[in-house]
Amino acid sequence: MKLAFMIAAVDPSVGGVLAFGDRGTGKSTAVRALAALLPKIRVVVGCPYNCAPDTPAGLCPHCKGDGKPKTAQRMAPVVDLPLGATEDRVVGSLNLERALSHGEKRFEPGLLAQANRGFLYIDEANLLEDHLVDLLLDVAASGVNVVEREGLSLRHPARFVLIGSGNPEEGELRPQMLDRFGLAIDVKTPQEVPARIEVVRRRDAYERDPEAFHKKWAGEERKLRHKITHARELLGKIETPDAAIERATRLCLALGTDGLRGELTLIRAARALAALEGRNALGDPELRRVAPMALSHRLRRNPLDESGSGARVERALAEVFGP
Amino acid sequence: MSARDAVATPWRRAALAAAIFAVDPPRSGVVLRAGAGPARDEWLARLIQSLGATKAFRIPAQIADDRLIGGLDVAATLRTGRPVAESGVLASADGGVIVVAMAERMTASVAARLTAALDLGEVALQRDGLSLTLPARIGVVALDEGQEDERAPLALSERLAFWVDMEAVGYRDIEAALFEPEDIAVARARLAGVETPDRAVETLVAIAAQLGVGSLRAPLFALRSARALAALRGADAVEDEDIEIAAALALGPRATRTPAPQEPDEPEAEPEPEKPDDAPEPENEEDATPRELEERVLEAARAAIPPGLLAKLQAGLAARRRAANDGKSGEESYSSQRGRPLDARPGSLRKGRLSLIATLRAAAPWRALRAREAPDDKRRVIVKPDDFRIVRYRQRRGATTVFAVDASGSTAMQRLAEVKGAIELLLADCYVRRDEVALVAFRGREADIVLPPTRSTARARRALAGMPGGGGTPIASGLDAALAVADQARRRGQTPLIVVMTDGRANIGRDGQPGRGPAMRDALDAAKRIRLANVAALAIDSSPPTGRGDAPTRALAEAMSSRYLKLPLANAAQVNAAVRRALPS
Repeated sequence: MKLAFMIAAVDPSVGGVLAFGDRGTGKSTAVRALAALLPKIRVVVGCPYNCAPDTPAGLCPHCKGDGKPKTAQRMAPVVDLPLGATEDRVVGSLNLERALSHGEKRFEPGLLAQANRGFLYIDEANLLEDHLVDLLLDVAASGVNVVEREGLSLRHPARFVLIGSGNPEEGELRPQMLDRFGLAIDVKTPQEVPARIEVVRRRDAYERDPEAFHKKWAGEERKLRHKITHARELLGKIETPDAAIERATRLCLALGTDGLRGELTLIRAARALAALEGRNALGDPELRRVAPMALSHRLRRNPLDESGSGARVERALAEVFGP
Repeated sequence: MSARDAVATPWRRAALAAAIFAVDPPRSGVVLRAGAGPARDEWLARLIQSLGATKAFRIPAQIADDRLIGGLDVAATLRTGRPVAESGVLASADGGVIVVAMAERMTASVAARLTAALDLGEVALQRDGLSLTLPARIGVVALDEGQEDERAPLALSERLAFWVDMEAVGYRDIEAALFEPEDIAVARARLAGVETPDRAVETLVAIAAQLGVGSLRAPLFALRSARALAALRGADAVEDEDIEIAAALALGPRATRTPAPQEPDEPEAEPEPEKPDDAPEPENEEDATPRELEERVLEAARAAIPPGLLAKLQAGLAARRRAANDGKSGEESYSSQRGRPLDARPGSLRKGRLSLIATLRAAAPWRALRAREAPDDKRRVIVKPDDFRIVRYRQRRGATTVFAVDASGSTAMQRLAEVKGAIELLLADCYVRRDEVALVAFRGREADIVLPPTRSTARARRALAGMPGGGGTPIASGLDAALAVADQARRRGQTPLIVVMTDGRANIGRDGQPGRGPAMRDALDAAKRIRLANVAALAIDSSPPTGRGDAPTRALAEAMSSRYLKLPLANAAQVNAAVRRALPS
């Protein structure tokens, strides 16, 4: 799970992470820890959409035109989309305060605006109301939020990495939504007792004294953050040999995934992994490592094959890459 | 009272769980499985008493979002001319306890809102143009009155420390309280200072693993319970006894397997000197090796596993699977007429009832703007058609019956006529029930959707009359097509049911090539897909009544895990009756 999040943090274009798993496996905890690991971003001061100062042709109504804006560093946003959020808060709507007290029609950006250039997290993604899911998919695909409501009409950038978590027992995710996530991971609790003891011990330490816990782990967090920053810089320099693309294609063919999204995600994720590990080209080891998370949720279900999709990816890997 | 005695009866376990919960309620809770009755009332009364200053809020399981999470307070907003938030129960209950009545009826979405508050200790209000985060450190008591395998949502129970079963507890089983409210308050104050030895974590995690408890929340709850128990004893450190009781209360009821019996070379752990409640003996601590401790704790936990638990678990699982297959699992969709209330949505009044509060909420912010446009309008709120919000409900879906009919040469033409008759009969029935019918015919090399889902009886009749017969038997393609139709129907919010009528003699594979072996394999594969998609199905065998020919259709039925019907002389009324039984009522 950590690897998937790091990859998405290095290259947001892999397109979202879905963490599915049983109860009590620490899915939500991991996502909520993500904010601390993301490198800071440079934004225009006062811009509600976290626009970068040098965005060419920024769509945001706030930063259009006039000269050099003031900029500042801030944490990359990790926005929590709570269940029960109403549509007006997700897309943004009339600013209540201004409308009521000054009789002024002004747009109040919603959660999609806040998440621009960051992460949008949906806990229990499978329980989200259908009309919100449709809306999110639309915006996630286009990167633009178009608001046409309550007499307001505007569009603003909304590029974010969608992170969803959920428990398959509580309802399946619609296939369109499933496919929209670049990486999918099946989260399991560690099975060995010593590892479990360590998890319980750490969690307990956190609950008893959150601040001491933060202090203790701040160094680790900083290290990871540097790793991500470094990998982002490297990303453009990573070579993608034709042989690797061919392997990726053969792997996808062997698995019979629909469309080309599988190959693209596979290559991007492998490239991000190579960057994380400080290599200058991506090769088989990277592909092998990311294949399960990039492909397992794109497989058609095969009822004659009782083994899980993870095992099928493993088998195809062995076929294509050799043991 | 020894550790074993303390958890010997259901009432004691329930009472002790309540006391521990009362010491440390936030982010924890109790699922109390019991019918309404004096024992439950007494338990709840004592719990609320021992909570002391901690407030308890009772909510219904079907609570709507604007009550649970909060929203815009229309009256106050209009009065003051600025947005005023009205906090929901989650925020009001901050620092307190929420008691959910009839928790077994709770939907996954209400449960998810509670669990989010339990996890985060706060509630995010992103509604009605408001954006707030309010503290919501809550504890939850879920009163589960379920019958048989109805139970409170697992996502919620998972986050509650104690699963207490008082179904068998009557008024006579009630014993005097072990702790007075003052004791609880003292323990609460003491809690932060309680030391936890390392082996407590180790033992509890090991026990959880042995009992097959997968979630790591369980040992964490057990650990917290052990601490609370130590605090209740007035001690400063967790003792073995606390660990034992905590395991019995927090881990025992979660067990999914019975732990392996103890090794015979250690016949009894019994002779350990019994410790008095309030005088911990340090020597004893040295004596108990981690291994011995583990076994003693396991023993205690085992005692708390309700008898027949595993059998019940399995039955429940099977029942759920069955329910899903019968299409009666209460699949839900939106409705403007009836069901559980959902958030109001903008819409025309022709499409539903007006939601007054939501409409006012939508209109309120515009008041000043509109007043400027029409200065003569002196109304407090100026409502325009754009503001209309209509009520929506979630309700059970309608049904769509997809008939997959074998129109091949092997099915005699006479049978085809019978099938047509059955569908016509059913159509009349569906017209009354507002159900839909679709028709897929397979013959020759492929399957055709002869009739997409419709309620129009006239169209259905026409399509049926024109259905040709003869040719090969491509069962796999037929089932695939039927599943595709069923899948679409489900997307539209219908509950699909597939009725396959065939003699089971597949001889055309998915690829359109003849050959019995591959064709049958493909057909079984397609049937399994139907089962995996959780679509209810019914297989009707139309093979000749001479006996031997029913094996293939039976195999198909098994692969779909559906009902099988052999109609030696299929007559339309019989088929219709069978279909009606399989449909959700």
